[in-house]
Parts: sequence; structure tokens; C-alpha cells
Amino acid sequence: MQVNEYRPLIVAFCCNWCSYAGADLAGNNRLNYPADVKIIRVPCSCRVNPMFILRAFQRGADGVIICGCHPGDCHYTSGNYYTRRRMALLFSMLDYLGIERERTRLEWVSAAEGAKFAATMNDFAQKVASLGENKRLEDLRCKK
Amino acid sequence: MQKITRDVLVSKAVSLLENGTVNAVLGWGKGEFVYDVTPTMFETADEIRENFVWNDFCGANFSKYLVSKTKKIEGKILVFLKPCDTYSFNQLLTEHRFDREKVYVVGVPCEGMADISKVKALAGEGIANIDFTDAGLVVTNFYDETKTIAYADVMAERCVNCKSKKHVAFDELLGETGEVISSARFDEVAKIEAMTPDERFAFWQGELSRCIRCNACRDVCPACTCEKCVFDNPNSGAENKAPATTFEEQMFHIIRAFHVAGRCTDCGECSRVCPQNIPLHLLNRKFIRDIDNFYGEYQAGAEVGSRAPLVDYTLDDLEAADVFERREEE
Amino acid sequence: MQRIGVFVCWCGSNIAGTVDVQAVSDALKNEPGVVFSTNYQYMCSQAGQNMIIDAVKEHNLTGIVVCSCSPRMHEATFRKTAAAAGLNPYMVEIANIREQCSWVHKDMLTGTEKAVILGKAAVAKVNLNTPLTPGESPVTKRALVIGGGIAGIQTALDIADAGFPVDIVEAKPTIGGKMAQLDKTFPTLDCAACILTPKMVDVAQNENIRIFSYSEVEDIKGFVGNFDVTIKKKARFVKEEICTGCGACVEKCPMKKIPNEFNLGMDNRRAIYIPFAQAVPKVATIDPNACNMLKNGKCGVCSKVCTAGAIDYTQKDELISEKYGAIVVATGFNPISMDKFDEFAYSQSKDVITSLEFERLTNAAGPTAGKLLRPSDLKHPHTIVFVQCVGSRCASCAEKGKEYCSKICCMYTAKHAMLVRDKYPDTEVYVFYIDVRTPGKNFDEFYRRAVEEYGVKYIKGMVGKITPEGDVLKVQASDLIANKQLHINADLVVLAAAIEPDKSARPLATMLTASMDTNDFFTEAHPKLRPVESPTAGVFLSGACQGPKDIPETVSQASAAASKVIGLLCKDKLTGNPCIASPDELMCNGCSTCANVCPYGAITYEDKEFMMPDRTKSIRRVAQVNPAVCQGCGACTVACMSGAMDLRGFMGSQIIAEVDAICK
Repeated sequence: MQVNEYRPLIVAFCCNWCSYAGADLAGNNRLNYPADVKIIRVPCSCRVNPMFILRAFQRGADGVIICGCHPGDCHYTSGNYYTRRRMALLFSMLDYLGIERERTRLEWVSAAEGAKFAATMNDFAQKVASLGENKRLEDLRCKK
Repeated sequence: MQKITRDVLVSKAVSLLENGTVNAVLGWGKGEFVYDVTPTMFETADEIRENFVWNDFCGANFSKYLVSKTKKIEGKILVFLKPCDTYSFNQLLTEHRFDREKVYVVGVPCEGMADISKVKALAGEGIANIDFTDAGLVVTNFYDETKTIAYADVMAERCVNCKSKKHVAFDELLGETGEVISSARFDEVAKIEAMTPDERFAFWQGELSRCIRCNACRDVCPACTCEKCVFDNPNSGAENKAPATTFEEQMFHIIRAFHVAGRCTDCGECSRVCPQNIPLHLLNRKFIRDIDNFYGEYQAGAEVGSRAPLVDYTLDDLEAADVFERREEE
Repeated sequence: MQRIGVFVCWCGSNIAGTVDVQAVSDALKNEPGVVFSTNYQYMCSQAGQNMIIDAVKEHNLTGIVVCSCSPRMHEATFRKTAAAAGLNPYMVEIANIREQCSWVHKDMLTGTEKAVILGKAAVAKVNLNTPLTPGESPVTKRALVIGGGIAGIQTALDIADAGFPVDIVEAKPTIGGKMAQLDKTFPTLDCAACILTPKMVDVAQNENIRIFSYSEVEDIKGFVGNFDVTIKKKARFVKEEICTGCGACVEKCPMKKIPNEFNLGMDNRRAIYIPFAQAVPKVATIDPNACNMLKNGKCGVCSKVCTAGAIDYTQKDELISEKYGAIVVATGFNPISMDKFDEFAYSQSKDVITSLEFERLTNAAGPTAGKLLRPSDLKHPHTIVFVQCVGSRCASCAEKGKEYCSKICCMYTAKHAMLVRDKYPDTEVYVFYIDVRTPGKNFDEFYRRAVEEYGVKYIKGMVGKITPEGDVLKVQASDLIANKQLHINADLVVLAAAIEPDKSARPLATMLTASMDTNDFFTEAHPKLRPVESPTAGVFLSGACQGPKDIPETVSQASAAASKVIGLLCKDKLTGNPCIASPDELMCNGCSTCANVCPYGAITYEDKEFMMPDRTKSIRRVAQVNPAVCQGCGACTVACMSGAMDLRGFMGSQIIAEVDAICK
């Protein structure tokens, strides 16, 4: 590994009941994914406020991923349905502002999908890494 | 030019005030200049006769004022609402922001309002007076020079793309109500969507870089009626009054647009009041267009009690990842 | 400022193998609020826990961060440790440096770096933690069962047997439901009345059970353990406690031509009636739409013949208020209307009937005294065609049918076919089906017997059209296996109509704030793991209101719901989860957005007086969260624009602090 190789910073919000457990399962099965991914535990994906996502970008995150239970499997019955609408609209808005759409993702990962969790994180980290540092959001306001 | 005359409005206001139906009148009042119309609470008939204004600069949407005014005034308030204002009125009722019983709504028809910056662009600065004639706006400057401008040339953007001439709420109508109009209001949004990501970025960078964070958009917005805004609340973890990083304005505008998504009636007040002329309505319209495309057409405020798209769902909603595909198919 | 202790666990070599635990505990020592930081081989061991307890005392710690395995593993352990040390258990946060760090990263450098960041995030969160105490609420030890069919009966009996009082609310004049209308039951062919009516008698005699028959639930307020229910007892114009059910009034009533609902209108009853001989309560009821005395004040025969003096023409609807700890919904099902299925000529010919009508027709207590006679001319039918899936599995015809499988039709049709062939071997019996679905104990054997022993002609294919011509029904159908068109002259056609939830379910769900699917079946709290609970705490589901079910399944679900109710009523107090939503009333707009997204109906609104910034008093509508009902998902916190609604344990400021710590 090169010392100065660019590594992205990725924040992953995982719901406690499915995706966080899925991440634990990936650990149990020793499935590797980049250490760039840092997980924040939330009770349900519907706890993720768009504010948190923008805050992460503001403070230097290069990508933000939200993971929740598959539709129909939400521990709270309907939380992830709200998440799906909120994130669809938010991601579309960020894209509308000219920010790379690959920097945001919403993924359904069940407690049994350790492999899917690892694969998702590998894929996401790689895509975000290929975009490089997240300058755009920061620069959106400053006209050069 | 407005078809309905000031006299009709004034006599309506005076008679309702004098017969005790209402205790106060929320209307447009005289400002420093003829185009400088100010939302005003009138409590006497004399004030109304003297200061009430009705002309092509009466753009202000009074719905939001009812949130605080109904709590302060005993009895009923008469409010004049243009068709687009009535949508905001309904949306606020849906959100229980004031007591319907405390308000007497008089619907006024609207022919579209003028945008003073467009007038200034055509007539120059130093406007001393404007007369509203059949031929158009007759602008007189401080050098007594006059210029006649066609109404169509100075109509506000939101009125050019008027979505409805229909009053969706009123106790009484002056003149006649119109119909919902299929306007071209999403054309600008579509134009931006059709740009490359780099062009979109450049466009918004150009617009948002002018923001001075004066909060005028928030203060005028009838959907922004929070007792305390998250951005002003030290406990929210997101408080910022003045920008500490360059990102904070975009965060403010994105979150503000998100907070009003599904609740914004597209009244256009945010863009009207922006001193920097940032087309903020294009953020709101983006959400409205997406909501219409993704979840079916929805007009906030069309009915009292309707369920906003972000507090609703269906089992087979569009996945977030498919949002872009959907758009590219269009 | 918090005084935080950081405890880094090696987990043997599980963590220490790829994370430099010493470096982690050293790095975290300098974080804001941290006054103590150490590492140890096994934090979860007794020695490790004692180390935490000692450190709390020695350093006056107010918060604890444990860098260890997943909180799903040992969060509860370390919360107990904190409590043992005299701290509030919710002052503990776990940094998951095993499952989400040491086990997935191979390189010591990156592993250590990430572990430090995860630790910092946990420290940042604990800095904002506040002590949390779970709320308590009392439990009213009485249950309400809505619906008195076999589901409601079984649930009520089981709860009553455990010693708790139960009330059954039944809309009809008698309990018994659909099962009381059935003739025989599959797959054993024992008679429905023989196994149901003893249970009905048990209900009537059980001291713990009250029956509100001819009654409806009018209003429900409150929450788990504390429901306030208003029950409307409709006027039956007969004093229930006096009526002996002798039937003298029924015999003498001159209004004889009222269609009998119990026999699905295939015969008539009187204006005063007892639905069937074994009705519970066995009390007469006057139909106000049919009774001459009630309509015109002329008659009064029943009052004259009633020696008990039970008739009361002045009776009014009565509202009863009662408190309950738990509510069981057992509102059951109905066959769908056949009005839209013109192709089957249901409305044109009396001899096209539904399966439920067929049950009454073969029932010894039915309109033909159990003789199989067709309704039009009371002749014995020689050719009978059964049509399956009428309105079921009807994806393409959603406007008249249902998308789902009604589940019970395959089996009861096999039963009907078998019973006909058994009693009348001279009858030809055809069954048209899409698939025959027989999962269930002894179900397939039962169906095979119908085909193999009783010679029922099963034909895979659908009936296209039925045309009444003279006294025959011309059945036009396709045989998909032989690939040919069939024309059968039938004497009787029986339609296996799809079943749907009772119409009363939808308004009831609204009152209960219980969720329903698009077909108006109640949704369960979890489709696999909590099948008899509604997502609304304290509301349980029994029988076909949750989805199509046969009797054995209904009864087992009914007992399961009862056991859940008993488990709830056994408790004197309910202890909630303290990590719930809580509104800041000063910032609340009262806009109802949060209540709209709450899956549990935990949020209500109250008008409260506030001192405004300009020192005037003002009444504002503000949100209130019921701690016994909120489950802490946080949907409301994001819906809330002003940020007035926050989630304890996962506050917005805490999550933002974590984000900041990670992104630093």
C-alpha cells in the first residue's frame, strides 16, 4: 500500500435491526471491505435526517450511504418506506445541483446479508474513490 | 392591470369592519414608493380609506401572517387572498397553524403582478410614480420623464407561469374565480435537468454564490412557519446564523427546500423577495416536479387535510437508485 | 462536562490481532471529556466489568465508552455494569471495533486508525448523553375481544381461563360467526355445530366473560394497558336479562316475510327472531325495520304473548364505557359480492349459489332441512358444477375480485363435492379449478379421497359463461389439460366466492390506529416473528381479519393471541423503552406532520398555554408522545421541520457529533 494514496472518507448510516446486524455478520464471516467506511448506528433508516448527510459532506465526507431493512421488513413496519421517498428526492436534488450522483446511495441490507453488506461497501468505496475528493459540494457556493 | 378596482376592495373591507363581521383587516398598505407595497393590519375604516393599496405590486401573500395575527387579534380577521395565496392558506390549515374560525377570507381575482426589478430594468432607476393605465404602466421618474411599459413585459415570473386562477378557499369572492392552468412552470427545471452535471453545477454555483444569507426567503415563505427554525436552534446541532464554512448556505437552501418539499404550494414568494434575485423557486419546483413524476401529481394546498407525499408512501415506490434512470427515460 | 472513561477490549486476539489496543486507549485519552482510558483482555469478563466499576468510583465517571464487540452483543451487559457502578445505564456507548473493524480489516495500521475514529465518535456521542429512565404505566386487567366468531370465542375462552375478565363485542344478535353457519368441517367432516355450540355455551357460562351481542365498538381511546372503549349496545327491544328464549313471540309474530340473514335470505324469519336454535345469548331481537309496532305503533302481539314481560318497545341504544388493557380484533371475513360476476349468472338464476349458501342448503338446520334441493324449484339436482377461485387470485380483474388466494375454498369445495357424492351417489359433480391447493395436515389426503373414492370430476380450467335456459344452467368451460371446450348442462352451480375482511374492520383500524394492507386485512407487527400482534402495542389479531384462514389455523391463532394478551395482563406495570421520541414544546408547530408518519399512533396533540417571547400568553397546539406506545424508530424526528421532535438516545445533536468526529 502506498502511503500517500488517496482514500475516501465514507459515512454509512445503518439501521440497528437489519443493516447493522448485516455489518456484524460481514465481520463474523471476516468479509473484507475498506476501512474508509465508518458506520453510525441508528434505530431505523428513517432516523437519518438529510441534515446528517449534508453535515457529513460539509465536514469532509466523500460519500454517504444509508442502509436499512428491505422494504416490507422494517422493524418498525414502515420506516424504510419514508426513507425511500426522502432519499429519492434528496439524491435527485443533489444531482440537480450538479453534485456527483455516485456519492450518495441507499441500499437495503438484511441481517442475513453479510456478504451483500461487504460487497456493497466495496463497490461504493471504489466508486467514491474514483471520483476523488468531494470538492463540489464545498465549492457550490464560491464562484471562482 | 388588475380588473377589480381598489374601491371594491376598500368598500368591502370597510363594510365588513363596520358591521362587526371582522375586527381587523389584513391588506396591502402604502409604502414609501408606489411599488413599495407593505402588508398591513388595518383596524379602522379611516386607515383603510387612507392607506389601503390595490395595484399591480400587491404580490405579498398574507397566509403566513395569519399564524401570528390570529393569536393576537380578538375576533375575526379579514384577509384578502389572491388565487395562489389560497393554496398556502389551505396548506397552513392542514398543518393546524391557525384557527379557520378566526379568519374571514375574501378572494380577489388576480391578473398577474408586476416585478419591480423588471420595471426598473426597462424604465431605469429613480422611479417617482407609476400610473396604471389601460395602455400599460406609465412610469414617471424624478426628472418628470414618463415611459409607458406593457404589463406583459414586466409580469413577475411566477405570474407568467401562473398555475391557477382558482380560489381554493374563501368565504366570499369579489369578482369571479378562475380555473387551474396548465402552465409551463417546469420548463426552467427541465432545462436545468437537461444540462450536463458540470453545467448544472456551474449554473447553481453562479446563482447560490450571490446568497447573503439574509433569510428573507425563509421569513416570507408561508411553508416556513416554524416556531423556531432549526438553523436558529442551538440544540439542533445544525445551528448556523452566519456561515462558518462555504458550505453552509447550500446546506441552508437544500434543507430549506427539503423541509418545504411536498408542502410548498409554489407561491413564488421566496424568489420575489430575494434581494439577490436567486431563482429559489427552481429548487422548490424541482421537488414538486420530482414528486409529481415519482409519486403522482400533487398540489400542496389544493385541499385541506391532504397527505403530503413525504409523510406518505406506497409499497412499490420508486427506489432511490432508480431516480436517475426514471429521469433519463423522460 | 462529562467525565468519561474509555475501556478498550482486546477480545483476546480478536481485536488485539489487528488493532493496536494500547494505541487506541492512548489516543482516546486526549478526547474532550475523557478522564480515564485503559485496555484489557476481556472487558465483558467479571474482572473486566469490575475494572469498569472501580474506575467509575475512582474517577467519578459520568459516562462510559467501551470499544469492543458489537453493541448487539454486549451493550446490555455493559449497561448492567454501569448500573452496578451507580451510573444510569444509558450513559454507556459502545464503539464496535471487532465486527466492524478488526474482523474486516487485515492491516494493523488501518485497523488501529479506524478503531480510534470509531472510539472518538462514541466519545463525542457520550458527551451529549443524558440519563434516561424508562416510563411506567399501569395495566387494566381486562381484555376486549371484538368479534364473536370462532376466533373471538377461542381467544376469550383462553383469556378467561387464565383468570382475566374478557368482554366480547359482537355485531350480530348472537355469537358464533361464520362457523355457526357451516354444515361439516374439513378434513374430518365433523359437524360444525357439534364442535362450536359447546364452546358457545362455555362462553355464556364462563364467569369471566361478558357478551355484548348486537353491539358495536363506537370509540377507542388510550393505549396499551389503558384503552378507553365506548361500546354501543343497539336496542333489541327485548330485555336481555328477562327473555328466556322460549320463542313464543317468534311463533306469533305476524310479520313472516323477512329474509333470514342466517340462511342468507334463502328462507324467511319473523320481525322478532332468534337467529338459530343454539344462539348465545338465546334472546329474541326485534328487527326495527320490519316490526309493525315499532314502525306504525300497530300490533304488539309479541308483548302480549311474552309471559316473562321481556318486550320493551321503548328501548334505546345504550352506550357503555369500559377500560381495557388489551384489545383483540377478531372481525372475521365475508364472501365478496357476486354482483359483478355477470358471466356466472348469479343474479339471474336462483340455482347459481355461493359456497356459503350451499353450506346452509346441506345443513340439517337450514332452509331445506338438510335435503339437497335446488332453490328455484326445490328439485333434487343431478348435475352440480363447482367453480373455484371466483374472485380469488384475480390479478387482472382487481375491480371486481381480489388478487390474493382465499385459501379455504379448495378444501371446502372438496368437502362439498364429497358430501354430495356421499349422500346422493346419483349426482354428477364437476369441480373447475386453477390449482388445487391443499397444504395442511390431512388436507391432500382428503382431496385425493374426493377424487379417488368419491369420483368427483376435477377439471383444470375455468368456467367462461353460465347461461340459464329453461330449468338447466348451460355451463361453458375449458378443460386445459384435454385442451377442449366443455358444455355441461348443470342443475346447480356453486361459486367458491373469494373472501374479504368484514366491512367493520376499516373504521375499527382507524380507531385503533392499527395498520391495514391494501386489501383491508390487518397487518401484523412482523410477518414472521410477531404474527398475532398488530404494530400498535396492546392490539392483537385473531382469525381471518389478518388474512384468509381455515378453522384450525384460526383457532391456533386465536389461542396465540390470547397467550399474548395473558402475558400483557399478567404485568402490573408496563416498562417502556426509554429511547423514544420527545418533543420540545417550545419549538413544536403542532402541524401534525409527525403524527402522520408515526406507525404506532403514539403522537397526539394538546392545546397548551405558553408565554411567548413578547411576554404575551398564547395557546398553542403541541405534540405529545405517549411513552408506552412509542417504539423509538425516529420517523417523526425527520418529518419534523423545526427539529422540535428528537429521539432520546439517538438525538440529532448526538448523531451530528458522531458525524463530525468521523469526518474530522
